Order: sequence, then structure tokens, then C-alpha cells
Amino acid sequence: MSLRDVLTKDLIRLQIPVENWQEAVQAAGNLMEQAGLCTSSYVDAMVQAVEQLGPYMVLAPGIALAHARPEDGMLKAGMSIVTLSTPVNFGSAANDPVGLVIGFGGVDKTAHVEMLRDLAIFLSNEDNQQMLKLATDVEAVLAAFE
Amino acid sequence: MKKLKIMVVCGFGLGSSMVLRMTLDSVLKEAGIKAETFCSDEATSRGEKYDIVFTSQPLVHLFEGKPQPVIDINNFLSKDEVKQKALPLIQQLSSEGS
Repeated sequence: MSLRDVLTKDLIRLQIPVENWQEAVQAAGNLMEQAGLCTSSYVDAMVQAVEQLGPYMVLAPGIALAHARPEDGMLKAGMSIVTLSTPVNFGSAANDPVGLVIGFGGVDKTAHVEMLRDLAIFLSNEDNQQMLKLATDVEAVLAAFE
Repeated sequence: MKKLKIMVVCGFGLGSSMVLRMTLDSVLKEAGIKAETFCSDEATSRGEKYDIVFTSQPLVHLFEGKPQPVIDINNFLSKDEVKQKALPLIQQLSSEGS
């Protein structure tokens, strides 16, 4: 399943205001929940994962990949994208502050691999990272993933 | 050449570690090194056999006191950081086993 196959307008919110990292993770999770990809318990588990395991989900400067385990309530493999009007700290010494939160979940160990690969290829280009962090138009973001 | 087993660890072994593994795989491919890379989670990683482990600072403590080298990566998307911190070591360990 490629990233373009799973990403829709409803799964992207740009330049939203949040108070803290918890709200940022919840925003990414809520998009997946509203799209029927996961239950609300999965969204809670995403927040708990950062609390319990530390901010390792901030995988590059300014970018968090928020997720939990498939069995925490993921219904269908998918991904959401949230950018923040003001970046927030996750407690990552190396990579704070975070302005881009990718919500993500798989339903087994393999179905999500292709979409993660697409994401990694897209984000390994720093021009793409910048475009995404500054974007205000959802259609333009979707087009960038074509 | 020894085929190294390189473990990439994140909390659940399926998200962040998968992204780092992809970055690592492309570095290895560019350098012409054949190695087995695999993802693991915090709990499972304790029982795994490996030659080198990649993870990020918040999880480095899991591997304290272990004999194998631990590579601590800040930017999971950066091939440059992976090359800088680990490529010489990987090349050395690969050739030692020959």
C-alpha cells in the first residue's frame, strides 16, 4: 500500500495551533480516528508511547512519527499529517522543536512498510521537508506526494 | 567478508526503526556492503543476536554493558549521519570476519 493510496485530504491538517506535544500527537491521531483508521484508544496509546518510551519518535530535526502498536486499536493501516503553526518541544535533546507530526499505524508487521518507505524517501529530501512545514494548501501537499 | 547482522531498535520495532533501517539500507547499498538488517522493539531486542545495534539517544541505555557497538543516530533520515557515525566501523567489522 503506497502512501499516495492511503493519504486523503481528510488526513492532512496544516498550520494548526497547539499548546504542547500531547495536543500535537492527539491532533494527528484524531485525523486517523475520524477517517475510521483507528479507535480513540489508539490515539491515547500514541500519547502514552511518548510518555513511556521517551521522545525517540522525534526521528529527525522537527519531525515526529507518532504511533502505537497495531493491537492498541488500529483498524486499517494508514497515516496522517499535521503541521503546527508554532513548533512545540517533545523533550528530544537532538531534534526539538517539532513542527511536523506524522500519525501512523499498521495492522500487522508488513502492510505499512511500503507507505513508510514512501514517507522516508519523500522526507529524506530536505526541500520536501521545508515545503511540508510551510505549506498552507492541502491540495498542494497531496500533489507533492504524487 | 562476514555478513553482519545489524539490528535497528525503536520502542515498537515497526515505525521509527523501519525508517532508520531504510536509511541504513541505502547507505550499505551505496557502499557495496552486504549485511542483514532487521528491526526490533525494546523488549524483543534483548534476546536478539546481532553484531551492531542502531538506535536513538532515548533508548541507548538498553544496551549499556553489552559488548556490541551501539550507534546512536539523531536524524533517522540522514544518510550522512549514518555514514559518518557507522560506515568505517561497519566496513572494519565486515572485513574482520573474512
